[in-house]
This record gives sequence, structure tokens and C-alpha cells, in this order.
Amino acid sequence: MSAETLLLTILLLPLVGAVGIIAARHNPNIREGVTLVTASLIAILVLIMACRFLDGEAFAYTVMEPLPGVAIAFEVEALGMLFALIAGLLWVVTSIYSIGYMRSNNEQNQTRFFAAFAVSIAATMGIAFSANLFTLFLFYELLTLATYPLVAHAGTPEAKRGGRVYLGILLGTSIGFFLLAIMVTWVLTGSVDFQEGGILAGHIDPAWAGLLYAFFLFGIGKAALMPFHRWLPAAMVAPTPVSALLHAVAVVKAGVFTLLKVTIYIFGGDFILSNDVTGGLIWVAAATILIASLIAMTKDNLKARLAYSTVSQLSYIALGAMLASKTGLIGASMHIAMHAFAKITLFFAAGAIYVAAHKKLVSELNGLGRAMPITFAAFFIGTLSIIGLPPFGGMWSKWYLGLGAVETAQLLLLAVLMISSLLNIIYLLPIPIRAFFSKPDSGEHYTQIAEAPKPMLLAMIITSTACVVLFFYPDTFYQLASLAAGGS
Amino acid sequence: MENNISLLLVAVPLIAAPVVAVLPRGRLPWAVTLVVTFLCALFASMQLYGVLSGGLISYELGGWAPPWGIEYRIDAVNAFVALIVAGIAAVTLPYALLSVEQEIPEEQIPLFYSAMLLCLTGLLGITQTGDIFNVFVFLEISSLSSYALISLGRKRQALTSAYQYLIMGTVGATFFLIGVGLIYSQTGTLNMQDLAVRLPEVAHFKTVNTGFAFIMIGIALKLALFPLHLWLPNAYTYAPSVVTVFLAATATKVALYVMLRVLFTIFPDSFLLAAHARELFIVAGIASIIIASVYAIYQEDVKRLLAYSSVAQIGYMAMGIGFASATGVTAALIHLFNHSLMKGALFMAVGAIIYRIGACRMRDIHGLGRAMPWTFGAIVIGGLSLIGVPGTAGFISKWYLVAAALEQEAWISVAVILFGSLLAVVYVGKLIEALYFKPVTESGKSVTEAPLMLLAPTWVLVFANIYFGLDTELTVGVAEKAAAILGVVNP
Repeated sequence: MSAETLLLTILLLPLVGAVGIIAARHNPNIREGVTLVTASLIAILVLIMACRFLDGEAFAYTVMEPLPGVAIAFEVEALGMLFALIAGLLWVVTSIYSIGYMRSNNEQNQTRFFAAFAVSIAATMGIAFSANLFTLFLFYELLTLATYPLVAHAGTPEAKRGGRVYLGILLGTSIGFFLLAIMVTWVLTGSVDFQEGGILAGHIDPAWAGLLYAFFLFGIGKAALMPFHRWLPAAMVAPTPVSALLHAVAVVKAGVFTLLKVTIYIFGGDFILSNDVTGGLIWVAAATILIASLIAMTKDNLKARLAYSTVSQLSYIALGAMLASKTGLIGASMHIAMHAFAKITLFFAAGAIYVAAHKKLVSELNGLGRAMPITFAAFFIGTLSIIGLPPFGGMWSKWYLGLGAVETAQLLLLAVLMISSLLNIIYLLPIPIRAFFSKPDSGEHYTQIAEAPKPMLLAMIITSTACVVLFFYPDTFYQLASLAAGGS
Repeated sequence: MENNISLLLVAVPLIAAPVVAVLPRGRLPWAVTLVVTFLCALFASMQLYGVLSGGLISYELGGWAPPWGIEYRIDAVNAFVALIVAGIAAVTLPYALLSVEQEIPEEQIPLFYSAMLLCLTGLLGITQTGDIFNVFVFLEISSLSSYALISLGRKRQALTSAYQYLIMGTVGATFFLIGVGLIYSQTGTLNMQDLAVRLPEVAHFKTVNTGFAFIMIGIALKLALFPLHLWLPNAYTYAPSVVTVFLAATATKVALYVMLRVLFTIFPDSFLLAAHARELFIVAGIASIIIASVYAIYQEDVKRLLAYSSVAQIGYMAMGIGFASATGVTAALIHLFNHSLMKGALFMAVGAIIYRIGACRMRDIHGLGRAMPWTFGAIVIGGLSLIGVPGTAGFISKWYLVAAALEQEAWISVAVILFGSLLAVVYVGKLIEALYFKPVTESGKSVTEAPLMLLAPTWVLVFANIYFGLDTELTVGVAEKAAAILGVVNP
């Protein structure tokens, strides 16, 4: 397959899948078959693409140029490859999981669910491979719109309210700040292309660069920096597979990915470092890390706790981006991958607990571990990886983020990272401990509850194993991350 | 042939109008009108092509040389607007067949199409003529016929809203005429080119200034520029569906064209720049974007919601004029084109709902999106374009408008444009929520998808919304050329 064909296939295949899903709406088995085949093909294709990319092959394609200097164009670079790889691989796993989840919960409107899911993946791939801010913005908005029916899926007043907050904040920030920042960039430089070393240097007064960066930082609402993080907890009304793939991986990572792209390819690390563009803003990320962790501790609803944990973890990446040093950027890029695998495991487990035991609150989980050992073992592994302990993948990203803070002599930031790890322990570790070591509230062991359906278990086993494997073999992601950060 | 096109554009619908009026009942009047509008669309595209490749076209009516005779003078600006008018007419007519048969009493149908053709004649005439008094004549032709068209609406309020429009429209036309008279008294000419030459010499006279003010107010009334917009929501709400589609997509656009001509071709630039007119346009634009959008959010009638949104969109165009820069005028012209596409598509989709359930209040349309997926899809895409989501035509308009504002570092305007988009998110969201997420009403359960005759034209405009969001060679290219012809330069 030629480079162009491969690129376009990855972009279009999920859309074809969505059409297929709708066409097969009257036969659920064929419909889910379409989802699985499409997702598997995507996973294989992104793997092939990653191998060929690391061998030095270039992938680029320009669709059209609606405005001068503003094209709809795609170009694969290291960071985008890394993001696409994660989203592509985890979609298959989530699809397996979704089928088990949606069927055992007897959810309504499953066709709409799977179709919107596929469109969301197409949008994610579009974001990953965008060659410029305009294309990225196009798919960024498409992703918001495509995930809205998934968030409001249940159709209850609560789901609708969640959906409204979701749309309101994401569209509001993107139109109010992000688009404005893109346009300012265009007016200043006449271009919105992602370029090695950035395009803004020499076109903007460094004093104003901080303001422009702030517009990007808050405009990219998907990165969930405080005070624009409310949409993420609101999105938790969605079915758990959506929270798992979209609100722990695709959508939120699209946010921090965009932030990294802007940092590396629009501002340029050197420009930021030499002019101290992000000096003040970095504390927004630091504050978000700590405050979100503190809020997570107060949440008894398991998914809400995980959501605030995600808000906190996303700001690790934002913080790494704003450090703008090479190790900081590597740490941030690696954290996209490492957090993805760990957090999706946690969400998978939360969904499994809901399906098998109909429990949503942390305080109800006492003693459930014996009834659902695999689920809670997976949860335990995910927890350790989030905390950043060896031998789990999460350690590497925290390592590089910490190094980045040391390198730039930001010892206070290092302290933030350390405190946050402690907070992670406090709000996540009690969950598996309760499940395994506490007595059930009733005093008797659960006999009616068994593990969730097999597809869901399989998905959890795959992602938790990946957390371990990534500790020993982080090479691919490391290679891509360091390529993106501007080294070899 | 090329020179005659301009005459044909006006003459063909004008001659067809009385013919259609006396045709027997049935579908023949519609068929003749359809052929005429298609011909007009063809002529208009040939004209635009001719202008783009060959430059200026001048046609002397009756062989009298200007400035004594009436001259039709066509450049990229007229041809562009004429194409919008004729194009929208051609798309509306296939849609009209079923909608009109349902909404208009059978015996009035030939007269309806006759009035429609007269309205088209008037609007096309305004775009073609190079004589300012002639503009007034055509303005009256189009206005009078549109009063008649609006009054044909099914509800009794149609009569009062037509009457309201009649009063306001006549006041506007009179102001325009008084203004034209005043500048004629100082220059002795009505030919636009001639006026452009002579006005700078007499620009310091109070009479000319007064004339300028009268003309501006007159057109602003026709344009429904805030706060002179009061006739518009009622007129759009109670008019028959087809009339709303046609007028919303063309009438105010033509008024905007006249505004541009008067400001940039006829009067010296100093009028716009010196007399605070520029600031007035921006302030009026800001006010209409915010106030009309907020009004739109609280409307209970879908057509009225869209009507208020139209007032807000006119605000964007006014703002573009107010920047008085090449980019600003380009943005206004692009939005003029794109807004026709959005509102055309949206009003058509709403018309399809009216065709099925006979009403379009928010509470009547609950849950209809599932029963009418194509109509719903059209409203979603049209709505996204209205918001200005990238990939739709609306985004291109907003992009140029924001670029024009950034150029002048008009930060308040930038904030207002973006805030206006957010308000559009709210009212479009409200519409979509009612259509898709609210439970279906008892009477809504038996509703089926609208017929193909209504859907096909709607989707032509929906696709146009996407197409012109991706390929902007026609819109941006012609609008830039037109702005250059109007002689606006970046300050």
C-alpha cells in the first residue's frame, strides 16, 4: 500500500465502518461484527504505519486549500503517530469491551452508539494526522459533536444536563479562545502549518506570546485545565466504554496532544524557553494537578473519582508541555501513552463492577474483590501504573517529567509531582484494598455476584498486561516521543 | 449576446409575470415560473462568467447613451449578487410546487407565481441597473410584490405583518427617494458612474450630506439593520414557507448590495470614513449580533427564531462594512453569499416540517427528528453553518470577518463575533434538542419524512453549505475581486 493510500485508509475506514454499522442496524451480530472488523483493521494499519514511519517513510496528503495558507492537509509526524497508535490499538480493545457492556446492560440505541463511536475514532485520527491548526480544529470540533450523542446517550434529564455542560464548555472554549488564537497566529504569520521549530518566532512580541499561549491553553478545553475542566466530570453520565476510550483516551488526549503540537510546532520549544512564555501559566497546570487530586479524594462515585484523577493527570502532560525542555516534552508525550493504558483499565474495571454488581460508589465496594478477583486485580495494576511505581509503564513518564522539572531547575514543580503521586496513592489505592481486605457491609461474602461477561474481562486483561509490558518495552513510544521532542 | 444577458435577466421574468397570472389553474403556472427561474440562473451564471473573464459589461437601454439614458452596468459585484438571487430562485422553485399547493388557495396560485416573478424581476433589476433612480423603481417592484406574497400566509397575522412591512418598507423607499432627489438637485445626474465623478465636487454641501443620510436610513430599513429591523421577524414568521425561503435568502442581500454601491461606488469614501458612519455601522452590527441573537434564543416559533438569527447575521455584514477595509467588505460579501445558503437551507427544512405538521412552534416539533431524519440532518448542517463550524460555509465568513477585525485590532468586535457564534450554539442547540431529544408528542407519532420534492432542493443548499466551506474559489475569489472593484483598500 502506498503511503498516501495507507494514510487515507486510516482516516476514512472508521467512517466507512460507521456507515456499515448503520446499514446493519437490524442485525446486532453483523453490526458488532462490522465494528470489530473495522477496529481490528485500524489497529493493524496503524501498526504497519508506525513501523514504516519509524523506518523513515513520510506520509502526507493535501486535500484542498479553502483559504490562502490554510489547507485541509495531513502529515504524519512522531507525536501524531504516537497518538494514533494508542487510539487505534485501544479502539479494538474497547470495542470488545463495549459489546459485552452494552449487551449485558440492555442499553437503548446501540446502533447510534457504535456509529457515533466510529465517527469519533475517525475524528481522533484526523486530529492525530493534521498537518496544520485548521485541519486540527476541524476534527477537534467534529470530535466534540460526534461524542455528544454518546454523552447524552441515556436520554435522562441528568444525561441531557451533562451533555449540555459538555457541549457548552468544549464549544465555548474552542470558539471563544482556540479559534481566536488560531486566527491571531494566521494574521501574524500568514500560516497555520505545524513546522519543526515553530512558526511564531520572529512574528510576535515575546511579551504578547504568553497571552497567545494562554488563549491556546484555555481554548483547548479538551485538555481540561482548571477552570475549564467541568465538562469531563459531566461527561461521566455516558456509558462506561465511552468514558473509558473517549474520556480517558481519545478526547482528553486529543486536548493535551493539541497542546503539545501547539507548543512544539507553533511556538517551538526554544522560543518558549528563551522568552519564558509559559513561566506563569505553568502554575495553572500545577494547581490543576493538586486541586483535582484533592477533589478526587472527596468523590465517592467511582467514575467521578476517576474523572477528577484524569483531570489531574492531564495537567501532568500540560505541565510537561509548558516546561518545553526536551525531557519535559518526552515525559509529556510518554504520559499520553502510559496514562491511556492505565486509565482505560481503571474505567474498564469500573464498568465491570457496574455491570456485574450494579455498584457505582466506592463505599459500596467492601469485600467485592473476592467475588471479582480479575476485575480488581486489573484495577490494582492500573492504580499502581497511575501512581508511577515500577514495574508499570506509568513510571517512565513520571520519570521524564520529574527529570524535566529538575533540568529546568523548577524544584517546586518537582515537589508538586511528588505530592501528587502521594495523593494518587491516597485516593486510588484504598479502592482495591477495600475490595480485597474489608468485610462486606452485610458481613457475609458475596455469593450472588460473579465476574463480568468474558469480553469485558478479556479487555481488562489486555490493557492491564499492557501496563506491565510497557515498563519493560517502552521503546516504541519512547522513540516516537523523543522524535517529537526534537531529538533522535 | 453577452451584453443582452443583462436585459434578459430583467425582461424575461417581467414578461413572464403577467403571462403566468392568466394561465389556467393547475401546475402550468408553476412550470412556466420554473423554466423562467432556471433561465435566469443560467443567464446570471453566464453573466458572472463573462464579467470574470472579460471585465465590465455595459448595456444602454433603448440605445440612449448614458448619462441621459439608463445604463445597465455589470461588474463582478452585480453579477455575484445577481447569481445569488437567480440561483436561490432556481432552487426554491422545485421546492415551491408542493409547499404552495398546500399553503395557498388553489385559485390564487397563478397570481402567487406571478407575484413571485415580479419580485424576482425587482431584485434582479436592482442588481443590474447602473442608475440610482432605477434602483428605486426596482426596489418598489420587489417590495410591492413581496407585501402581496407575505400577506398570502395562512395565519391572519400574515395580513398585519404584511401591512407592517408595507408601512416600514414604504417609509424606507421614501427616504431613499428623498435622498436621491437631494443629490440629483446638486449633481443633475442619476447615473451612478456620473454621480461618482460629480459628487466629490459638491461633497461639502449640506444638501448632499442630508441626501446621504436619507439614502442610508432608507436602505437600512430595507436591509433590516438594527434597530430598523422590526418588520422582519413578523414578515418572515407569517409568510408562506416558500416566500420566507426566497425573501430571507435574497431580499436583504440585495439591500446590502445597494448599501455597498452607494457607500463605495457612488459616494466618495470620505462619507463613510469621516461622518462617523463607520462607527455607526460597527455599533449597529454589534448591537444586532448580540440583541437579535439573545432574542432568537427565547423564541417559541422556529421561523421567528431563524428570523431573529437573520437580523443578527445582517449585523455581521454591517460590521464588515464598518471596517471599511478590503478584508471587511470581502467578509461582508462572502457572508452575503453564505448566509443565503444557510438560511435558504434552514427555512426550507422548517418548511418541510410545516408541510407535514402544519406548524412550527417549539412544542409542536418535539422528537420529529427521528421521524424526519433528512429534514433533521438539513437543520443540523444548516445550523452548524450558522454557528460557523469549520468545514461549512459559515466558517469562511467568520474567518474573514475576524481577520478583518484583527487587522484593525478591533478587539471588541472580535469578541462580539465569537460571542455571537456562542449564542448561535445556544439557539441552534435548542432547536436540535427539541427535534431530537424531547419525547415525541401524541400528534407527532404519525409523522413521516417530507416528500422528495421538498428534500432535494433543501439538500442542494445543504451540500452547497459544505461545498462552499471547503472550496472557496468562487465565493472568496469573486468577493475579493468585487471588493477591489468597489475601490476599498486596506487603510
